[in-house]
Amino acid sequence: MAAAITIDGISKCYQIGLRAQPYHTLRDTIMAAVKSPFKRLRGMAGNGPDQGKFWALKDVSFEVERGEVIGIIGRNGAGKSTLLKILSRITEPTEGCAKLKGRVASLLEVGTGFHPELTGRENVYLNGAILGMHKVEIDRKFDEIVAFAETEKFLDTPVKYYSSGMYVRLAFAVAAHLEPEILIVDEVLAVGDQEFQKKCMGRIQKVAQGDGRTVLFVSHNMGALRRLCDRAVYLRNGTVEMVGEANAVVDTYMNSTIGVEDLNLLTRPRFPSLVATLERFTMVPPLGKETVVSGGPATFEFLLDVKEPVQNACLGFMFNSEIGYRVLGLNSRLELRGITLSPGKRTVRCRVDSLPLKPGRYIMDVEIRSHAKPYDYVEHATAVDVEFDDFYGTGEMLWNYEGSILHRTTWET
Amino acid sequence: MEAPPQTPSPAQTPEPASDNTAEFEIRPQRGWVAIDFKELFHYRELLFFLTWRDVKVRYKQTVLGFAWAILQPVMNVIIQTVIFGTVAGFASKIPIELQVRKIPYALFSYAGILPWMLFAVGVGSGGNSLVNQQNLLTKVYFPRLFVPASVIGAALIDTLISLAVFLVLMACYHVAPVWPIVFVPLLLLLTSLAATAMAFTLSSLTVTYRDFRFLIPFMVSTWQLISPVGYPLDPHRQWIRWLLRLNPMYGIINAFRSALLGQHWDFPGLVISLAEVAGLLIFGLYYFKKTERRFADIA
Repeated sequence: MAAAITIDGISKCYQIGLRAQPYHTLRDTIMAAVKSPFKRLRGMAGNGPDQGKFWALKDVSFEVERGEVIGIIGRNGAGKSTLLKILSRITEPTEGCAKLKGRVASLLEVGTGFHPELTGRENVYLNGAILGMHKVEIDRKFDEIVAFAETEKFLDTPVKYYSSGMYVRLAFAVAAHLEPEILIVDEVLAVGDQEFQKKCMGRIQKVAQGDGRTVLFVSHNMGALRRLCDRAVYLRNGTVEMVGEANAVVDTYMNSTIGVEDLNLLTRPRFPSLVATLERFTMVPPLGKETVVSGGPATFEFLLDVKEPVQNACLGFMFNSEIGYRVLGLNSRLELRGITLSPGKRTVRCRVDSLPLKPGRYIMDVEIRSHAKPYDYVEHATAVDVEFDDFYGTGEMLWNYEGSILHRTTWET
Repeated sequence: MEAPPQTPSPAQTPEPASDNTAEFEIRPQRGWVAIDFKELFHYRELLFFLTWRDVKVRYKQTVLGFAWAILQPVMNVIIQTVIFGTVAGFASKIPIELQVRKIPYALFSYAGILPWMLFAVGVGSGGNSLVNQQNLLTKVYFPRLFVPASVIGAALIDTLISLAVFLVLMACYHVAPVWPIVFVPLLLLLTSLAATAMAFTLSSLTVTYRDFRFLIPFMVSTWQLISPVGYPLDPHRQWIRWLLRLNPMYGIINAFRSALLGQHWDFPGLVISLAEVAGLLIFGLYYFKKTERRFADIA
């Protein structure tokens, strides 16, 4: 009775052709049928050759207890979203089955079904109905929703005139006031400002802990996962790599992302803009040396493919510890107002005279952004090693206890 | 091994309505997929909201606004009356019983446009409805049947407005209603079902084969030509008449003229229409349910 969700051997196969070319034409079907009727028949019966198939999920099984908050982590393309879509009944598994006990609501995108021409009030009702609420239910919660979204003043304005922040707040508010037994949430915390994110998180926490509902939750925000989740599932290439206590799974996941060998960033899954793409990011040791040492100099080199002239760009690189904490983030905006780049392949270097990091391996996130929006962002672009050097000049060992940042000091007694 | 009784929230208020019924299984479905009427009933308000959205949004940012609901059929009637009635001279070819009652050609033509526009919108907008709502299909679960159905709902509301205009026009021409007018609601239902059946089939076909986006407008205009929308189609040769009756809209349009204007009933035509609509509806539902499971993957 305790399991709210039982997932048993779920697999999902996509036809690569279908994905790459989202719809096929009638002609293709007719031609294929004419050319090789038997092959086609066999293909339809599901016995065709395995080529052209892509298993987004392969034999995924786990259970979620009632009242539990479970996080799902994995890199882009690991199958997280596919799993959520299957559990939300948007798409069907190819094999396997899942049992869900209780009313399910899923929030895979904020504001699904919002119509720009309709007012805030109208959209609350429409969106509520799409998410499976009854009108009386929405009536009852209407004031609460509006208060949560802080959009009282604009209720009768079409949402196309809303700021994106307001839009997202209202959309999340509707979904947050659903009262399902099982709530499925995909990365919604990535939207809105800091303040609102906190509020959303609080709401999810309340739903789970206060009301004893089950929450299934995908996020790239490891901090949020550690705080919110009891347990986590780590998906890798469509299979379950690990299920267990959230902190342990997050640690394993962070550790596993270190083995980044391929330096070509173009092969990484992400959604770059059409303005500029990051192609390569490397840390170059000082001349004549082979390594970068604690407190020593280092040069960081970006190779960019600039497609449109860029003004006021900001380039940045962030150091994350092996367990996923952001240790240091450096970017051009901090010291230089803006970088102007003309189209073509461009190399930008950043020299750091003294890299104040403890020896160890750091996982780098790199980005190029304009003032307001990212052009390209690659998470875990590469890993860099900082070697030991006697930074403090005393030969003392450094312990975790002393944190990750090195800094010289003067003591007086 | 069995977990102890759940105690974390003993004070939680039970929700009996949804709690004991809502266990379900997700597994690949094969073959016939039953229609989950209970679920359709649970989501019934969504059908209303989707329809309401379509109606509300349709005339936003237009100067004339809702007047378009009236203007569209009226403009069609004027064009048809001028071209078919006056220029082509069909005005004198309308059935004799209507000529006796001094029914003007405008009313004759309007009575055909009324069901035809409902059907044409169903085929046209309904056919594209799933593709146009692909963000909904890939992001949230709800009964997908409501997407094409809500388009018909919105078209039906326009038709009711247009029917009101028709009645006003009848009064202007001093044409008294005939008693079979009581069948108009049933005929509207039949037309809606015909449109819904086509919308189910075409919308699911369009998701898979986008060719239908281009085929549908062509289909609609061809279909209008073989339907007696703008002119009386009353061939002298029996076999041609039987051929025409195979078109479900033939029987429906004639029935509308019988109910609204007193044209002789073409019962064989109506029966054929009824049977065909039933067949189309069953096929539409079957094909829709059959392809539904793949909508999110290919939309």
